Amino acid sequence: METAAGGGCGSGPPLLLSEGEQQCYSELFARCAGAASGGAGPGPPEAARVSLGAATAAAGPVADLFRASQLPAETLHQITELCGAKRVGYFGPTQFYVALKLIAAAQSGLPVRIESIKCELPLPRFMMSKNDGEIRFGNPAELHGTKVQIPYLTTEKNSFKRMDDEDKQQEAQSPTMSPLASPPSSPPPYQRVPLSHGYSKLRSGTEQMHPAPYEARQPLVQPEGPSSGGPGAKPLRHQASLIRSFSVERELQDNNSNYPDEPWRITEEQREYYVNQFRSLQPDPSSFISGSVAKNFFTKSKLSIPELSYIWELSDADCDGALTLPEFCAAFHLIVARKNGYPLPEGLPPTLQPEYLQAAFPKPKWDCALFESYSESMSANQQPRDLNRMEKTSVKDVADFPVPTQDVTGDDKQALKNTINEALPKDVSEDSATPKDSNSLKARPRSRSYSSTSIEEAMKRGEDPPTPPPRPQKTHSRASSLDLNKVFQPTVPATKSGLLPPPPALPPRPCPSQSEQVSETELLPQLNRVPSQAAECSPAKKDVSYSQPPSKPIRRKFRPENQSTENQEPSTAAGGPTSVATVKPHPTVQKQSSKQKKAIQTAIRKNKEANAVLARLNSELQQQLKEVHQERIALENQLEQLRPVTVL
Amino acid sequence: MVHTSLDVVDEKISTMGKALVDQRELYLGLLYPTEDYKVYGYVTNSKVKFVMVVDSSNTALRDNEIRSMFRKLHNSYTDVMCNPFYNPGDRIQSRAFDSMVTSMMIQVC
Repeated sequence: METAAGGGCGSGPPLLLSEGEQQCYSELFARCAGAASGGAGPGPPEAARVSLGAATAAAGPVADLFRASQLPAETLHQITELCGAKRVGYFGPTQFYVALKLIAAAQSGLPVRIESIKCELPLPRFMMSKNDGEIRFGNPAELHGTKVQIPYLTTEKNSFKRMDDEDKQQEAQSPTMSPLASPPSSPPPYQRVPLSHGYSKLRSGTEQMHPAPYEARQPLVQPEGPSSGGPGAKPLRHQASLIRSFSVERELQDNNSNYPDEPWRITEEQREYYVNQFRSLQPDPSSFISGSVAKNFFTKSKLSIPELSYIWELSDADCDGALTLPEFCAAFHLIVARKNGYPLPEGLPPTLQPEYLQAAFPKPKWDCALFESYSESMSANQQPRDLNRMEKTSVKDVADFPVPTQDVTGDDKQALKNTINEALPKDVSEDSATPKDSNSLKARPRSRSYSSTSIEEAMKRGEDPPTPPPRPQKTHSRASSLDLNKVFQPTVPATKSGLLPPPPALPPRPCPSQSEQVSETELLPQLNRVPSQAAECSPAKKDVSYSQPPSKPIRRKFRPENQSTENQEPSTAAGGPTSVATVKPHPTVQKQSSKQKKAIQTAIRKNKEANAVLARLNSELQQQLKEVHQERIALENQLEQLRPVTVL
Repeated sequence: MVHTSLDVVDEKISTMGKALVDQRELYLGLLYPTEDYKVYGYVTNSKVKFVMVVDSSNTALRDNEIRSMFRKLHNSYTDVMCNPFYNPGDRIQSRAFDSMVTSMMIQVC
């Protein structure tokens, strides 16, 4: 580059370019020259250099660039004349550099003369944010300002480039930007698009920030494909230079590996998006997507069948005809890359290997797997109330999961980076939250689906609104060591003989009254318990509460199953209604007995309320039944009246 | 010549009847006086036939080699079939498959 600049100086005035100038000019030139030279893939930086030496800058992009400098048109004309482009007829490297220097001079207020470029000048500023933009040199404030906006992605990128090129001039910013490195240096396909057109940048920016549905994305991507077909090679070449800088940047931050093939690296956002898509096809993230399902899905990308076949061949590493989550992500990524113009690689890039993907992004996978299993167990017998509980648990537990996974995987920095990314006030946090939300969302419908009868649902709904007292201590739910049945039994007959009469208010059951008591106290508090706290005792509770309202026989059935877990409930129920979350399991019997008494009393109250609600419901239904009967009678009368008419 | 060999393979299959699982069907019969070549046939359980035509210029390949080649061919073919985008009957465009086949051929020659 430097030699080209120096060597090609023959026709113009001797150019003295500083180091930074040379670098930025060469990259600008590369961008403009991309259209002129032959297209190549996301080639190595050598391709960029080659193009610099050999090619010329096309007039179109150069004109765009000059216009971006916001100089008046007349000045630009002067500049082009001076730099010799008119003379030579094209923008060679020399002419281009001279022109850039002149632009810098003009921007700093110097007259547009050859002499003015002989002195030290600041670098030219181009106001198009899609290009280097004003961000480029010495605008750290803007850098930070634009960080949070959609265009920041491109500017970040440019700023990264500058960091590399300007000998870490803006090193101070690099720490702050390093956490953003991964999302901004994000989908290289998206980067390429913003480079080419400003209008498309926004679209692609929105694409990045808000992963649109797959189908919606395609129309967006496709017009950009053909439209950027001309300058396609140019952004690719620029991409190549960016890739170079990014690889440096990556090596600074990347912990896992130092793979320089940026186009094939999946970023957080992309990863989230892929995982969501995977989940839309297959709820369980740890299992496979079958071949036909995947085929239908990928066919929507409108790639040709041979290409899709090839992508499949690359991504299905174990050749089993099904895609696991990492395989799916790899395939998706390849499709995305292909749609954005990258030729498919010969072999699966190292960053897309399933092992790498699994190692690099275990958290969402584990989160999903863990959460799914958790919610599965939770949703074994549910209620709408459980939704609230699960919602809270999901947020809480999934937040807990990153911690163990971070420790477990040992992928500390990566996970930290993920968490940093999540913490950052960007959509990445939303995206990372969306798996959790989608988890909880998915868990919720599942729980709903398990509700058996509508009456039960009505019952549950009816009981939910009257805010029951907060759940008593739930501490014993998981304290399997403590068999509270044993604790309960001695206390109940001793101290709660007075409470024995109340339980028979419920329909008498063949089971011993003691167990009735137990179950009642368990069931009733739980029945009307609003999940004010995240439930750790949810599985058993759900069993119990689910069984209580509909019918006692069912409850009986559940009770034997959950005897052990239910027996833990009384302890939780025993805790005072108010002192819920903080009460720790006290193995003392006295406290438990008093708690149990209170619990029983509350249980009785709740039971009475339930009875009242049931009675109300019953009366309403009776009323409806009567009305329906009357309607029927009326209709029959009408029919009889009409019949003689028709007979005649 | 391949088509004639296919006919012979079909004939063999129809006559076999029970022994459909015979994977190693060496058919060394088609030796024309002018073009001395050998044709090997191989049938999978799904009646997919592989026909291998070998020049007899080099020393005749051993039976085991042929069988191993067929086995590799079979494995590659199943990998190709795993691809949901592949319709049975299309020309196989799998690069891995092609590379495997060429490597085999190079190995023999």
